[in-house]
Amino acid sequence: MTTKLETLPTPDKKSGGAGKPTNHRKPRESRGTLAFSRAQRGKSLMKHGILILAGGLMIYPLLWMVVSSLRPNELIFREPGLWLNSLEMSNYTSGWSALTHPFGHYMINSAIVVIGSILGNLISCSMAAYAFARLQFTAKKLLFGIMLLTIMLPFHVVIVPQYILFSQIGWVNTFWPLIVPKLLATEAFFVFLMVQFIRGIPRELDEAARIDGAGHPRIFLRVILPLMVPALATTTIFTFIWTWNDFFGALIYLTDPDMFTVPVALRAFVDSQSATSWGSLFAMSIVSLLPVFLVFLFGQRFLIKGIATTGIK
Amino acid sequence: MSAISELSSITRRKGKATAAEKKANGRDNKAAYIFLLPWLVGLVAITIGPMIMSLYLSFTDYNLLQPPEWVGLDNFTRMLSDARLHNSLGVTFTYVFVGVPLQLAVALLIALVLDKGLRGLPFYRSVFYLPSLLGGSVAVAILWKQIFGTTGLVNQVLAMFGIQGPGWISDPSTALGSIILLHVWTFGAPMIIFLAGLRQIPHMYYEAARVDGATTLQQFWRITLPMLSPIIFFNLVLQIIGSFQSFTQAFIVSGGNGGPSDSTMFFTLYLYQKGFGQFDMGYASAMAWVLLVIIGVFTAINFIASKYWVFYDD
Repeated sequence: MTTKLETLPTPDKKSGGAGKPTNHRKPRESRGTLAFSRAQRGKSLMKHGILILAGGLMIYPLLWMVVSSLRPNELIFREPGLWLNSLEMSNYTSGWSALTHPFGHYMINSAIVVIGSILGNLISCSMAAYAFARLQFTAKKLLFGIMLLTIMLPFHVVIVPQYILFSQIGWVNTFWPLIVPKLLATEAFFVFLMVQFIRGIPRELDEAARIDGAGHPRIFLRVILPLMVPALATTTIFTFIWTWNDFFGALIYLTDPDMFTVPVALRAFVDSQSATSWGSLFAMSIVSLLPVFLVFLFGQRFLIKGIATTGIK
Repeated sequence: MSAISELSSITRRKGKATAAEKKANGRDNKAAYIFLLPWLVGLVAITIGPMIMSLYLSFTDYNLLQPPEWVGLDNFTRMLSDARLHNSLGVTFTYVFVGVPLQLAVALLIALVLDKGLRGLPFYRSVFYLPSLLGGSVAVAILWKQIFGTTGLVNQVLAMFGIQGPGWISDPSTALGSIILLHVWTFGAPMIIFLAGLRQIPHMYYEAARVDGATTLQQFWRITLPMLSPIIFFNLVLQIIGSFQSFTQAFIVSGGNGGPSDSTMFFTLYLYQKGFGQFDMGYASAMAWVLLVIIGVFTAINFIASKYWVFYDD
């Protein structure tokens, strides 16, 4: 191991099992104690340098927006740095009440749509996924293929008739057009994610339950669902972020300011703002990003796993 | 398996149901269709029904108030002479075919640097991944509008070096570029997929190559790239499909009008204006079908081309 490490710059990463990034701890620790040649240390330092520079560049605009939201408005146009002389909360108070409703109103609207969408996706997608992963039925392959195709279907192809449909039922300016499609598992990405997950659950567990006399509803509820909690968590987190950020759907269906969700409220704010209110616009942008950031902070593990497992074989 | 490899394997095995599958067929039909009921209703009412309807509408003149009036191929011939539409296609193609390769190149580059058993990997990964979660939001589009404005962050930094930058988003020659940059900024998601893919390349390949005296560059061209090609293909297909539908950023940055002088008028933005601004629903539906065909053609080209460059290990 020692000689290998000295001659090879990249010894440890690949040997650990696939998809288990945390398993690499051991070799990495031992590496620090080994004698590196000067060239290798230089190379590693350079790598960190590049990454810190690139990462800093990536994150800088976000940090700058946070700092700028805490500054007097005029500084936004002439202070590219990150230091703060004083904390100015007035952007937040003025931004909060800049539109017809306090900003909290739009956040509650968004929260309603988000919660409805999460419940919808969890229930409908897990049911469909159970059928695709565990049951044999007529036209299964055809339907599964169609399901995969709908993942890639552009939203625009259906949006005009969908709009006509929902406006005829009188659902424009309600949250239903944003929630009901999710109750009907139209976000097929999650069906696929769950199918993948269920396939990894040993079939012996289903069979044992079946021998004990359990039917499909019971196997689904008592055996499969409890075991697929990680997939449900991934679905919850992605649904949260995508729905919270969803602009197009809200733009089309919600035209009454009472019903605005956060993205359309922000858009109305941009349109109405005079050149002097960038500070409060930034402040409310930060407020709107905060929930996503928190979800990212606590749910990162599921996000990264979700992307990696649906992205590769 | 990814959705894409799964799809191609379905088409390959078509019609060859195994004996066990045949025997099992029909056994769970009732239960299966109950479980599938919400999805089936959605498929018919929210997806396939509207698709057929929009195909029909694309041959009509329809403004929501009067009933649709059949006009044959009128909408499509109108498109042929619609200069703004041609421009919007150009804008969208530029966005897709500059933005996607750039984004994937950055994603791959950073993934390669990160993969080399680096200290602090989870931290770096989070930093690079975060923008791709926020990038689709209105808030970040607002930030972009400021950053690339005449007195925005970019020009403030340039001013420190005595350079007077242009108004990036108010200048037709740079406006699209700043939106492409926003797309590149969200390279985190494909980067995560690349990282997972890199981990699956057996280490022994590299060891064998080193024994034979292969340089790092040779290893990259002869091992990493071929082994990673299915993942590159997957990212390419998904990003191209997604980028064709990009809407929010251009809408917010341009204030909804695709300006300056239509330089950020994405196809989807023009479709929105036709359908939901002017309520020319027939024309908008025809545009939507054109978009679907374009995406379908490019995906098909991708799949055909993949036979020549994507390498499957198994």
